Amino acid sequence: MSSVVVPTSAALGRPFLFDAESEAEECLLPAEVKRPSSYASPSESVIASVQSKIGNRQSAIPLTPASRLEARPAPEMVTSGIVELDALTGGLPRGCLTEICGIASSGRTSVMLATLAAATRRGEYCALIDASDALDPQSVAASGIDLDRLLWVRCNDTALRKFQRTEKSTSRVPTAHEPGFMSTSFDFEKKNSHQSEHRLEQVLRATDLLLESGGFGLIVLDLADVLPQSARRIPLTTWFRFRRAVEDKPTMLLVMEQQPIAGSCSSLLLKLSAAKRRQNAAQGASRGSEIGDVKAQVERNKNRSKDCESLVPTHAHLLSSLEFNAELVCYRLNRKPAQSIAFETQAAWTG
Amino acid sequence: MVFMPFACIYIPNFTIAAALRVEPELQAYAIAIFEGKAPLEKIVAVNENAIELGIAPGMSTSQGELCSELVLRQRSPLHESSAHAALIDCAQSFSPCVEDSACDTVLLDLAGMESLLGSVPQISRAIFERAAALGLRANIAAASNPDAALLAARGFSGITVIPAGREAEHLGPLPVPVLFAEQLNGDEKEGAESLLATIERWGIRNLRSLAALPEVALSERLGQRGLHLQQLARGGALRALASVEAPLIFEEAVELEHPVVLLEPLAFLLNRLLEQVCARLASRALATQELRLTLELSNLTGIDDDYENIGIPSESDGSVATQTASQIISSRQTKFTRNLSLPLPMLDAKVFLKLLQLDLNAHPPGAPIIKIHLAAEPARPRSAQGGLFLPPAPEPEKLELTLARIAGIVGENRVGALELLDTHHPEGFRMRRFVAEAARKTPQKQTPDSSEAQAAITALRRLRPPLRVNVLLENGQPARLNCPKKKEVQGEVLWKAGPWRSSGDWWECDAWSRDEWDIAVRDGNAVSFYRLVHDLLGGGWFVEGTYD
Repeated sequence: MSSVVVPTSAALGRPFLFDAESEAEECLLPAEVKRPSSYASPSESVIASVQSKIGNRQSAIPLTPASRLEARPAPEMVTSGIVELDALTGGLPRGCLTEICGIASSGRTSVMLATLAAATRRGEYCALIDASDALDPQSVAASGIDLDRLLWVRCNDTALRKFQRTEKSTSRVPTAHEPGFMSTSFDFEKKNSHQSEHRLEQVLRATDLLLESGGFGLIVLDLADVLPQSARRIPLTTWFRFRRAVEDKPTMLLVMEQQPIAGSCSSLLLKLSAAKRRQNAAQGASRGSEIGDVKAQVERNKNRSKDCESLVPTHAHLLSSLEFNAELVCYRLNRKPAQSIAFETQAAWTG
Repeated sequence: MVFMPFACIYIPNFTIAAALRVEPELQAYAIAIFEGKAPLEKIVAVNENAIELGIAPGMSTSQGELCSELVLRQRSPLHESSAHAALIDCAQSFSPCVEDSACDTVLLDLAGMESLLGSVPQISRAIFERAAALGLRANIAAASNPDAALLAARGFSGITVIPAGREAEHLGPLPVPVLFAEQLNGDEKEGAESLLATIERWGIRNLRSLAALPEVALSERLGQRGLHLQQLARGGALRALASVEAPLIFEEAVELEHPVVLLEPLAFLLNRLLEQVCARLASRALATQELRLTLELSNLTGIDDDYENIGIPSESDGSVATQTASQIISSRQTKFTRNLSLPLPMLDAKVFLKLLQLDLNAHPPGAPIIKIHLAAEPARPRSAQGGLFLPPAPEPEKLELTLARIAGIVGENRVGALELLDTHHPEGFRMRRFVAEAARKTPQKQTPDSSEAQAAITALRRLRPPLRVNVLLENGQPARLNCPKKKEVQGEVLWKAGPWRSSGDWWECDAWSRDEWDIAVRDGNAVSFYRLVHDLLGGGWFVEGTYD
């Protein structure tokens, strides 16, 4: 089968097919696929067929060429509370779904609290749907969040535990000599999976209710401790529904997770990770730990130059100036190249 | 002469009207109200449809039951007091000076109200419509003195406005018994009947004839009382109103013919009560911040397997209901009370109904309901100044409903705002009600200024409950840890900081004392930071959270 590459109108910079006013230029086609002379211009034939369907009334609905459709206005960008992140993305977009993913200790919660603090400083009301009930009140207060403007929804598996307790009381626990004993680990994972799904159900229902209620400037879904395999079970239609719910509204929807799960429904995707310095320091530390002398390791590191990447944090500075990397993975609002930036967080007890 | 208008609101056939206020769907039926103890129950009031069927007051209920089309209802003082309270509320929404003449009659002083509410006919029309909104079909009359207005309201149906100086002309056609309406139903019944009989023997049938009698002759035969009656008939009696300050009590109640078991029909009844309460509050320009629902439950007798699960402990003023059927017999639990406290004064019957439904779903009464009593605590309506440039805020009514629904999903006390307690305990916080008051606090910054933003804080993600771990110590410091429940939390401790010791509540039963470590553990290619806690009292090691 032969194939002919036909350059598209967009690629050639020509008007769209349905543009009524301007005529399409003749394509440079090979001779064997040259169109017959009786073939009318597609734009005229299509317009004529549409007009015949709606009737030849004087007050017929005017057809608007696709090239003249008004572009959706760019959403308002607001600060995330971290200067470096704002420089990377321009802020967080209102009326859009934003994902921030990363593994444990990659800075997700710090970014989340900074965003909440910035939103409450602006006088907005925020909602945090906590799938794992992991919010630390002291961290919240230290971040500068206005507690009166933060609604905290603590998901739990109490109802599921009651159900499981009922089941357990009726079933016998297998002993070591009975088949089914080796399935305890599987049951444990299965139990965790059930708990995750139950909490996810609570998260989704609470999110639906809050989006319907309206009035919140920022709604955060904290799925950071939810297993990726459970989080991926949320259907894309749900994310699409959430996105449509915040469109044309001043509400930001922020999802914290371990891996991206919203697909094309998210307008902005950030990936957080530990700074390379920390990773190298960890490798250096692990090499040092083979010798088993922590003090010697610290001494060795002190003797190295400051530019050396293997910098081991000292006792008092373990958590101060933690460095993280933020990588802009996807930005659908404005074409931006993938880039990353580093930012620091301070411990709550530092000045 | 300055025209000082007075108005009278009169509810004809008040007993029937009070019953119809609770069950408006019976309007098209023939209704008879009875009272008394069986088997000596007597019919005390009937409506027009029942009169057409030949039913009259004084008949026994057994006679009434012979008529299949007749609807019999027992007289309810509760319904009548609610109707009377609604009548007072209606009157006080138009004038601060209101006289409570009888259970079915109130008088208003409209002096000075014309500049606010319009002309006297307009005010009369508004009173009529307001009474209808409260479920009462009233006769409204306005005149230059209270007694003339009262007679006109009792004698003429609908709206009557008597111009000043023409009272005698308008009241003339009214029959003489209208002068004795109050006395005939009260303690002075015998005296009033004899006086009425005397007047009727003279051939006096209407007020015009009574007004035309010579005063001297009338006083010689009937005394001062006769002269007073003549003055009333002429519409010339002047007196001041004995105004009453009605207490701000907004309660509605309904007694049920058959016990209600399901929540759906209960919601229907609650909706009606809520609408009436809200209408009464609105007539007084008030809102409510607390609703009190009291359900009287049927006192179960006899053993019934269907009711085994009904003995669910709930709020009551009696003993806690027990679980077994035999003990239900002796249960004295008869009342079930729920208090609905609102964050802000509100006046939306639909929102109240939804909140009550959600609350009853979470806390069902546990027994059939025979009586519903709803009370609203009045409060000043909230006033909020809106603005074009204020940040968005949730609507209080919507928010309250949303929070109630979320509480039904995640559980009570698991949704709300965070409040830190004055303690060093790591979990020293509590959940409190989340209230969105946009005007209460002004935002700190009108425009975001990143240069003035606080630096990001290294946040902790708590593990609730904390993970128990096994820790290998070297020189008294954690060197390696292992968590049976979570594989990621195990490995060699790369870096550590601590210990930081804290303790508290040593004077309480739940004293605590702990050493905290911040540690870094390698997990594959990544390093994770944890807070490791050594419980000095219990002796265990726990991972309390992850620094993220």
